[in-house]
Amino acid sequence: MDDIVDLSRFQFAMTAMYHFLFVPLTLGLAWILVIMESLYVMTKKEIYKDMTKFWGKLFGINFALGVTTGLAMEFQFGTNWAYYSHYVGDVFGAPLAIEGMMAFFLESTFVGLFFFGWDRLSKLQHLAATWLVALGSSMSALWILIANAWMQNPVGAEFNYETMRMEMTSFADLVFNPVAQVKFVHTVASGYVAGAMFVLAISSYYLLKGRDIGFAKRSFAIAAAFGTAGIICTIILGDESGYEVGDVQKVKLAAIESEWETHPAPAAFTMIGIPNQEEERTDYAIKIPYALGLIATRSLDEEVTGLKDLMDEHEVRIRNGMKAYALLQKLREGDDTEENIAAFEELKIDLGYGLLLKRYAPDVVDASEEQIQMAVDDSIPGVAPMFWSFRIMVGSGVVMLFIFLFAFYQSARNTIGQNKLFHKICLYSLPLPWIAIEAGWFIAEYGRQPWAIAEVLPTYMGASSVTVDQLMFSIISIAAFYTVLLVIEIYLMQRFARLGPSSLKTGKYHFEQLENKEG
Amino acid sequence: MFDYETLKIVWWLLIGVLLIGFVITDGFDMGVGALIPVIGKTDDERRIMINSIAPHWDGNQVWLITGAGAIFAAWPAVYATAFSGFYVAMMLTLFALFFRPVGFDYRSKIEDSRWRNSWDWAIFAGGVVPPIVFGVAFGNLLQGVPFILDDFLRSQYQGGFFDLLNPFALLVGVFCLTLFVLQGSTWLQMKTDGALRQRARLVSMICAPLAVVLFALAGVWIANGIDGYVITSIGDLNGPANPLLKTAEVQSGAWLANYDKYPLTMIAPALGLLFPLLTWIASKYNRSGFAFFCSSITQVGVLLTCAFSMFPFILPSSIDPNFSFTVWDAVSSEKTLNIMTIAATVFLPIILSYTTWCYMKMFGRLGKEFMAKYKHSAY
Repeated sequence: MDDIVDLSRFQFAMTAMYHFLFVPLTLGLAWILVIMESLYVMTKKEIYKDMTKFWGKLFGINFALGVTTGLAMEFQFGTNWAYYSHYVGDVFGAPLAIEGMMAFFLESTFVGLFFFGWDRLSKLQHLAATWLVALGSSMSALWILIANAWMQNPVGAEFNYETMRMEMTSFADLVFNPVAQVKFVHTVASGYVAGAMFVLAISSYYLLKGRDIGFAKRSFAIAAAFGTAGIICTIILGDESGYEVGDVQKVKLAAIESEWETHPAPAAFTMIGIPNQEEERTDYAIKIPYALGLIATRSLDEEVTGLKDLMDEHEVRIRNGMKAYALLQKLREGDDTEENIAAFEELKIDLGYGLLLKRYAPDVVDASEEQIQMAVDDSIPGVAPMFWSFRIMVGSGVVMLFIFLFAFYQSARNTIGQNKLFHKICLYSLPLPWIAIEAGWFIAEYGRQPWAIAEVLPTYMGASSVTVDQLMFSIISIAAFYTVLLVIEIYLMQRFARLGPSSLKTGKYHFEQLENKEG
Repeated sequence: MFDYETLKIVWWLLIGVLLIGFVITDGFDMGVGALIPVIGKTDDERRIMINSIAPHWDGNQVWLITGAGAIFAAWPAVYATAFSGFYVAMMLTLFALFFRPVGFDYRSKIEDSRWRNSWDWAIFAGGVVPPIVFGVAFGNLLQGVPFILDDFLRSQYQGGFFDLLNPFALLVGVFCLTLFVLQGSTWLQMKTDGALRQRARLVSMICAPLAVVLFALAGVWIANGIDGYVITSIGDLNGPANPLLKTAEVQSGAWLANYDKYPLTMIAPALGLLFPLLTWIASKYNRSGFAFFCSSITQVGVLLTCAFSMFPFILPSSIDPNFSFTVWDAVSSEKTLNIMTIAATVFLPIILSYTTWCYMKMFGRLGKEFMAKYKHSAY
């Protein structure tokens, strides 16, 4: 069983992180296309139409893989996480179905008109199609993040022993989950940053090569403004404000900070150090006084709970979970007296903690002290990976903040193209948003371990009853497909990026001008 | 709004609507994909075929995505058991589906015949494999699927990949492919001209009678060789949804019982037998729009026949019929169904209107002039 869970986790991590190479660019680039085409409609300058079409071409190359890898995500809940799907489908499935009806249809129907409707629609109709693509993609992010936020902080649902699953009690709680709101703004804004950095870097390449200057400058200025707004939103409305609610979110915050003990408020922020999981302490820590309290609680008088105290709480809840499990067994055997039902209802909030024992003691109720201790140790994620990923994410974010601010300053001063060094920096900063985004998702998902649904369903329980052979088959095939597709995508992307707007074959741009001169 | 029992029927119907949306729209996309290396003789012809579906394939695919999402949300147990039980088959479908979005977008971006040919075969796989697997899956649903439930309602599939490939299931697989190709060829009749249109017409005229024969064959097989399932006892239909609270058994002829009980349901198989013939006639007389319409109705008739035969079963268990998933007990809670009903009532009409608008805007045949004009911007 351990093998199956580990392989399933590996496959999910691989496909999800791969999928999220393409999603942020779709989210961001879609709005950049909206800005460009709106400028075209307002100013009637052809160059903005060319910009929309050219960046749209690159958008399309990326979009195709976003769609492809998204299919894998939807299939995988059922193929690889069957028990998860059964156990929480009542709650988790609804936002996915609504995402399909509200967002995917919109985005996917109008993306066809965006690419092929230029001569069939009026200017305003086409602009509307572009708007709807961008709106659709951001709305789809909203619903999938509502679903994901529920995994982090499962509000508005409770366990029903008669159907043996989680059931929705309040749709409003699900939608207005505080974790969902910060997650949405943070994730979508980081996608906007990715789109902006993409345009900024490639425009810088043209500026460095000295070709299609007007085209590149305009693109650069749009990306600079959009990216500045995006990075400020990403940082200020950062995810950490969502770490106050829910036990697992608290665990994440403490792990990110490698905060083993609860310190009196306001907590200090550990800038850098070496997390030591075995000894439960942080070696060589350099701390900034007050900073963590301010970041995490937005106050100076609330404390940030340390990991040791959180684990003590978990132990209590695991012991309650064992009682809940025993009561559940009674109920399932038909011993459903009102007394038993009432006792179970009172303890069922900790049932999930009892399930943490399944890995060591399949019958849960007979777990030994040693097994309980193992489950308690499991109840927090590895601290070092959390600690470092967070610093990678924040570090990349801060660098991008400076880049976008300077780029914005340049466009305000109308000095784009004069500082070659800066354009080089822009070009080589292209991977930064992706590094930050992948690190961010790692924190969110790895940080939730050992849970698939925080406090409700351990990841260990969620996997399908499949075999190791089947998993090896799917992992190897998917890895092969994805590698080939990525190579092809990057090949096409860099080919068209190098070609620039000349790829539109309008005759107006660099390479065609060159041909004309020679010819 | 509705009581729980009614909501269960509503969602059976709504998932039917989503699947019908899928077979009609993505059906012709897959059919066109399957025909690319078969009737597309030149690069221009193949590009015309791809561009006939270019503005629509992505929207069409959402019927599949939303269908699967709705099954997840409304019938979580079915989604979990079917997707994990048919693991290898699902993975093969997924890999085949990988080829389409990238194939369409990347194929014509490089002018190189090896590059383009490879993508054509990839798109072909994306058009052929999914309908066969869907057919095989339905073929197995009709025969019952070997799964059990433990006392935590965790499902365990006890068959292997090759058990899925039994003769009846393969017949349904081939039938499903025939239907999708019929759908694709009538679409091409409507969207292309010249020699390509004539070849598409020929394909329709072969597939239409073939569909009738295969449909009739499957029907006779079900009537004589495949036992259906019946519920023998079930608690309150408005009570908690738990598959273990009912009993069921295998009974010969049970898949035909609904037609006796509700004679109106006979319309579905009648449509499935009659409309391929009308498709043939329409193709013969070059009424391509009508041919496409008739082919679409054929899809609806066949899908409804399958649904009506099995109702209220969705996923019967061949190991222990008591474990079977039905419309009554494999569903989500009343609250979830209510919320999704509201969402579907609001969004489905909106989706249908803008989808229609989109098709109207892109209406018309594509020929050589189109390819010449859009050489650099089309797929």
